[in-house]
Amino acid sequence: MIKVEKVSKIYRTQENELIPAVERVNFEVKENEFVTLVGPSGCGKSSLLKLVSGLIPVTDGTIHVREQLVQEPFPDVGFVFQHPVLLPWRTVLGNVLFSIEMLGKKEEEFADQARDLIKLTGLAGFENKYPRELSGGMQQRVAICRALIHDPSLLLMDEPFGALDAMTREEMSFELLRIWEERRKTILFVTHSIPEAILLADRVVVMTPRPGKIERIFEITLPRPRVYEMEFNEDFKTLNSEIRSLIFSSRKEAS
Amino acid sequence: MSWEALYLIFQIPQFVIPAPSGILAETWEWRYRLVGHTWVTLYETLGGFALSVGIGTPLAVMLVYNPTLRNALYPLLVIAQSIPKVAIAPILLLVMGAGEVSKIVVAFLVAFFPIVVDTATGLAGTPSELIDLSRSYRASQFKTFIKVRFPMALPFFFSGLKVAITLAVIGAVVGEFVGSDKGLGYVIVSATSYWKANLAFGAIIILSILAIVLFEIIVVIEKIVCPWYGSEQTH
Repeated sequence: MIKVEKVSKIYRTQENELIPAVERVNFEVKENEFVTLVGPSGCGKSSLLKLVSGLIPVTDGTIHVREQLVQEPFPDVGFVFQHPVLLPWRTVLGNVLFSIEMLGKKEEEFADQARDLIKLTGLAGFENKYPRELSGGMQQRVAICRALIHDPSLLLMDEPFGALDAMTREEMSFELLRIWEERRKTILFVTHSIPEAILLADRVVVMTPRPGKIERIFEITLPRPRVYEMEFNEDFKTLNSEIRSLIFSSRKEAS
Repeated sequence: MSWEALYLIFQIPQFVIPAPSGILAETWEWRYRLVGHTWVTLYETLGGFALSVGIGTPLAVMLVYNPTLRNALYPLLVIAQSIPKVAIAPILLLVMGAGEVSKIVVAFLVAFFPIVVDTATGLAGTPSELIDLSRSYRASQFKTFIKVRFPMALPFFFSGLKVAITLAVIGAVVGEFVGSDKGLGYVIVSATSYWKANLAFGAIIILSILAIVLFEIIVVIEKIVCPWYGSEQTH
């Protein structure tokens, strides 16, 4: 589904400095696979998402999505960001249909699907509420609906639960898995939480910073559906500490 | 009340600072002519304000969308803003004559800067995520502007309008001070030169009421246009 080959990205600052964000990154994501990218801040995780979606061009290397070379943004993708960034003048339903409107499609034709999604994400009854009337977790659910309404095959999530409190965050992780079971998508999910990365993913891509490189890719064989208790499982703990030491050892080298 | 009481106690001469009773009486006496003068100042103010919105808003859009233009124009705008308008008002009157047009232009010059700055700040502050989202849906720049960026910037736009309307009143009066034969500014100047302090104060009070009413009208429009910011309203 996604094929990233020898991709490098170098930013040029206003002072003409060159800042390497990611360097010679290779990985693949299969159809309907849930892949998490984990690493400390500054390792180019978010850049990688933008590269895959075509929002920023690669400096070197190639990215293919569904055999198509990515050269510009394409609409077969749903975005969820760290902050919900909803439109305050639109209702929940209006915000979900925002994607449809920007895609130039008829909103009326998607109203029923929007209502289904709102129900699926546990927001039934809130269709006509405004964002300011919702909690942070609920706003993020709306953002997830907005990313799914046009039924994209690829879902890109950039630390989507990073701004939520710990309890809501955990709840949302399982919610996302439940939604994903119902609406299978290929998901590329960026996080800096190692337990979150393991709990959600089929595979965890571990990145190290400056410049962002892929350190290792872990297959997660924990059975699905995932449950909270798995965090106490021995396999989980081993993976957790392995990934942690991988990230921290690279940090020491860097300093 | 206390103002009135001070006169009885200290016997302040009425031609220096008049008592409220005197102001009211004289203003009432002049009411028909004051209505005409108020009307003149009002339409000079609104004319200058309309020009500020009509020119300031597109200018702000251009500044945000075109970095080259921004780098070229912004310093000029700041320089233009730092020239005291009171100082150039006489020159403007010389060029454009003593009619209403010169007052409208002074009001415009005083009022347009906050509209440009506030609108530009609002437009530049669109969350980058929403711009990324719109780009990934391949929505045009124009559509993104209409559907996302401008509505997002509306609270900033309105705060610019609120500052601009009060400045436009000042601009119109400054223009009238410099040279005119109508308007509340003219009333103040001519009344003081004839020692009619009561009337001058009456004109000042009408002017203040005018500014407050215009400001509140914008507040009401803001609440109608963007009710979602209603709870955060501060003024």
